[in-house]
Amino acid sequence: MTLLDYLLGRKKKTASVAKERLQIILAREHFDRDGPDFLVAMKKDILDVVGKYVAVDLDRIQVTLDKNGDTEILELNILLPDTHKPSGKVQVLR
Amino acid sequence: MAKIIVVTSGKGGVGKTTTSASFAAGLAKRGHKTVVIDFDVGLRNLDLIMGCERRVVYDFVNVIQGEATLVQALIKDKRVDTLNILPASQTRDKDALTQEGVEGILEQLKQTHDYIVCDSPAGIETGAIMALHYADEAIVVTNPEVSSVRDSDRILGILAAKSKRALDGLEPVKEHLLVTRYDPSRVDQGQMLSIEDIQELLGISLIGVIPESQSVLQASNAGLPVILDEGSDSGQAYQDFVARFLGEERPMRFLEAERKGFLKRLFGT
Repeated sequence: MTLLDYLLGRKKKTASVAKERLQIILAREHFDRDGPDFLVAMKKDILDVVGKYVAVDLDRIQVTLDKNGDTEILELNILLPDTHKPSGKVQVLR
Repeated sequence: MAKIIVVTSGKGGVGKTTTSASFAAGLAKRGHKTVVIDFDVGLRNLDLIMGCERRVVYDFVNVIQGEATLVQALIKDKRVDTLNILPASQTRDKDALTQEGVEGILEQLKQTHDYIVCDSPAGIETGAIMALHYADEAIVVTNPEVSSVRDSDRILGILAAKSKRALDGLEPVKEHLLVTRYDPSRVDQGQMLSIEDIQELLGISLIGVIPESQSVLQASNAGLPVILDEGSDSGQAYQDFVARFLGEERPMRFLEAERKGFLKRLFGT
């Protein structure tokens, strides 16, 4: 980064964008790889239930398990297809 | 006891074969009996990088299928006499590599060599899985670029789950990060992931950094492992890497860009 870029507050460097994107995708892939076994099965069950009413595919369901202090947070994001009228996210938090 | 090392990356074109050739030549140059095996069935290229393409008579698959003996298939390097090359087959049959066949050959090679370097094909298909299956150690070749880092991470997951060591519940495969095509000036400008970034993302220890260099292409044109181009920057970086692999302490080099003048720093390039 040149001094001038810094003084003018020019745009964020692509290397740090790359790093942030990788941090997010690798964390997700590690979760799919090493997460508890029941999550994959659960994801499929949820898909079956949702699938009865709306056509969604497995890629549009994201399950993340986070730790916040001593509480575990299970976050479920289901992206409904655009054709579905009340479009948006269904979010279940526990 | 012979050691089996896989050179792997997931992504293609990052420098696995270049690294395998230089790694094997470097180990052999230090007097260790070394063999380098091309696992890329159907897309043989290690022979070209090693400069022995016209001496290939029999290959890996011929030996597995009993059409030739291992001694007939091994090519002895003309520059380093403790170095052997086992070329890949050009067959299109993807199932030509069998687990038992590979295991049998590795067992035989172990009797007569100190180091067995397995040059993995790209991807995560049979050839790549076979190349890493019997490994004791892994050199994960990574470019400072998003897709390469992600694929390296994927390969690390496979090493941890599918290698023989993992399946047998033995001590895990020892993983080393080798960053290739590194350009410190672009890192300084914020255009390229830094060594620290890559290490943090992949979480394995760094064994070497090979700078982006014209000498790599030139060496491959000539069929010379670039480590044998001893004056070149990448040749020296590979020598450092081999030394570290053998337990020597060597400071990392080629991490700093040339110093720029004041005006360039102010206005960039």
